[in-house]
Amino acid sequence: MSKLRLLFEKDGPARYISHLDLMRTFQRLFLRGGMFIKHSKGFHPHPVMSIVLPLPVGQSSCCELLDFETEQELDCAVLPALLNEGCPEGLRVLEAYEAARPVRELAYVAAEAVLDYDGGVPGGAGARLTELFARPVLIVQKKTKHKDLADVDIIPLIREISFEERADEIAARLVVSAQNPGLNPILIGAAIEKELPAYRPDFISVRRTALLDAAGGVFR
Amino acid sequence: MDKRLERILPRVQKPARYVGGEYRQVVKDKAEVDVRFAFCFPDTYEIGMSNLGVRILYGMMNEMPGVWCERVFAPWPDMEEEMRRADIPLYALESGDAVGAFDMIGFSLGYEMAFTNVLNMLDLAHIPLHAAERTELTPIVLAGGTACYNPEPLADFIDLFSLGDGEDVTAELIALYRKGKAEGWSKGQFLRAAAELDGVYVPSLYDVTYHDDGTVAAITPRDGVRPTVTKRIVQDMDRAYFPVKTIVPSTEIVNDRVTLELFRGCIRGCRFCQAGYVYRPVRNRSKDLLVRYGIESLQDSGYQEMTLSSLSTSDYPPLNDLCDGLMDYCEEKKIHLSLPSLRADNFSMELQQRLARGRKVGLTFAPEAGSQRLRDVINKNLTEDDLLQSCRIAFEGGWNAVKLYFMLGLPTETDEDIVDIAKIAAHVVHTWREYAQDKRRGVTVTVSTSWFVPKPHTAFQWEAQITKEEYERRVQLLRDSIRTKSVSYKWHDSDTSFLEAVLSRGDRRLGRVLETAWRKGAKMDAWQDYYRLETWQDAFSACGLDPAFYANRVRTKDEVLPWSVISSGVSTAFLWRERERAYQGVTTPDCRGQCSGCGANRLVEGGKCDV
Ligand code: SF4
Repeated sequence: MSKLRLLFEKDGPARYISHLDLMRTFQRLFLRGGMFIKHSKGFHPHPVMSIVLPLPVGQSSCCELLDFETEQELDCAVLPALLNEGCPEGLRVLEAYEAARPVRELAYVAAEAVLDYDGGVPGGAGARLTELFARPVLIVQKKTKHKDLADVDIIPLIREISFEERADEIAARLVVSAQNPGLNPILIGAAIEKELPAYRPDFISVRRTALLDAAGGVFR
Repeated sequence: MDKRLERILPRVQKPARYVGGEYRQVVKDKAEVDVRFAFCFPDTYEIGMSNLGVRILYGMMNEMPGVWCERVFAPWPDMEEEMRRADIPLYALESGDAVGAFDMIGFSLGYEMAFTNVLNMLDLAHIPLHAAERTELTPIVLAGGTACYNPEPLADFIDLFSLGDGEDVTAELIALYRKGKAEGWSKGQFLRAAAELDGVYVPSLYDVTYHDDGTVAAITPRDGVRPTVTKRIVQDMDRAYFPVKTIVPSTEIVNDRVTLELFRGCIRGCRFCQAGYVYRPVRNRSKDLLVRYGIESLQDSGYQEMTLSSLSTSDYPPLNDLCDGLMDYCEEKKIHLSLPSLRADNFSMELQQRLARGRKVGLTFAPEAGSQRLRDVINKNLTEDDLLQSCRIAFEGGWNAVKLYFMLGLPTETDEDIVDIAKIAAHVVHTWREYAQDKRRGVTVTVSTSWFVPKPHTAFQWEAQITKEEYERRVQLLRDSIRTKSVSYKWHDSDTSFLEAVLSRGDRRLGRVLETAWRKGAKMDAWQDYYRLETWQDAFSACGLDPAFYANRVRTKDEVLPWSVISSGVSTAFLWRERERAYQGVTTPDCRGQCSGCGANRLVEGGKCDV
């Protein structure tokens, strides 16, 4: 029996598949590919698998990880192609390999957030936004597990942030804390809306670009 | 993806329902397609995708070269609001293209409470509501499904109705449309030609006149079209299309499993049951084919659950062998087989136990009526002994929860019949006390009642629905009669059954009521949260019509029923005879016991039912 890890991409319509539904989708992907992965015991056996760092619904990513265990020998070289035959649009397995590194070594997430400004980017936006995220403290409201709102200072959770002005958008590149606690990059929108309402974007789309360890190396 | 859509999706509940892209959706090259069919389901994605009929027709149409069938569902009101605000018209999931750009727009209508959603979806698609306002050949708006056995309330809005099994007639309609489009036919020419196809009803080709008392005086065909339209059936289930390779939604739906259709029709003949009559005669699929379809569907979908579905699954003759054929595969892959609509008999219970393999899912029985007398009236072939014997087997096998379904307001029902419901429940609890293996966990017996809705094309199509006050009195009587602690009682307390009774036996004049109610905000009427009786009452008074005329009135034998233009193959004379036997308390044997000459055999090639 071995512990394996899949590296996969989530984009297009698959962005809207929720965490729970994604787990179900993967269960079926394995069965479609004729593979039977390790199940739990009991009256309601279910496949044992976990997604390393669930992606918020609506965001895209090229660096998602899923861990699972098998009872049969699987050839990691052919696994992605086999699974991809059964994938919904936007979901694509890139690689399969032995899950060597423990999840606790995952420290940061790199992401790109695109801020849309339908009426064109307001003058000086790049500079103002850079100033905003250079503040020592920046409080936003965040939904807690109990669905109420709590104040959180997001500055300690942001390791790097930079802004690039384009025609009708600003691209923000961030490196944020992954876990305990992590930061959803979309929350920079809440900070802008609260502190710089004149620079509020019309829409923000987020793409996760890399998972990193504490030293800033790629976690896989 | 449309940028406007991308912006609203983060704000709506369950956005995965609105983006398509699921495994096994069909995407075609538009350059190679000449007929685009928007298959509309007037309810949510979760309900529509759970419908086997939708999957069959979707798969079948997409196997036709040059035809691209796409799916459209009713957006939940939060999404609808966002779409209207962003000016996004109703679109199909596969291409994202607006429904208004399609050639044919077909609605699947399983229940009357979805009628307002049809209007709402047409409106969201920016398509004129009234058939008469759509003067061009394109788009043709059609509908099929069980609720079309009385199509009259929708006659103003739908160009044509397809009656019965859709497999063959849909292909014929598409071929005819293609010909018409190529030859530059007018819409009128197309509809006239479509009316020649068996199973196709074009409401605009029939004039309806009324007596002063509001009943129908005559339904007169125009332009030489046939006076009655008879439903279509698939003759040979083994040659009928089965969707082995079918869409697997990426989000959870209501029936999130493989559905294996064992047979169509039902041999029983419960007098209240519309499905039992309109799907006649019974047609079985062969066992070996089903084993193959079942295993292939499981392999292709990756589902770990399969349901063996039909109107009365225990009536499938080789059911045991079928389960044997599936068992090894299912056990190896940890797949759960479920059998809904089982009868309460020893055979079914033993099978249930075999399949459960330790999982004790709830057991459900539907005696429908409390007394043997009333069960004879409705021809529900189930005795209290059968029921208690089944419960005994279940309790001995470790089950400790039973649900019992009944209807209140069945013809001839008396207070005694209602009190008998409470007695049956008490007897079930008693059976548990006597036979349960392990009494520590206690037992729950749930009694559920619904408010009986008389349906067209049944033996009770002439009956009155009891009034709301009377229904509530009977609910109260049953509540007071249940004195056993382990019995809980759930009753259907909404007014939806009343509206269902009105719409299911309505005439064409209800089109105005539907439109008025929809304009006043009625939609998603099948959902408790959205259904408002007052909206409907306002609409009725605005149109000068009385809903009680439709729901609470007994029809006479010679009254022209609005749906008499449609035939399910079962003769009206037979239904009337069944009604008379009901009042005499005389049962009628099932089709396997003895043919009762309902007339449905005339639908079968060769004229004999293969029961
Ligand atoms: S014709 Fe006879 S066997 Fe056939 S469906 Fe009717 S009653 Fe049943």
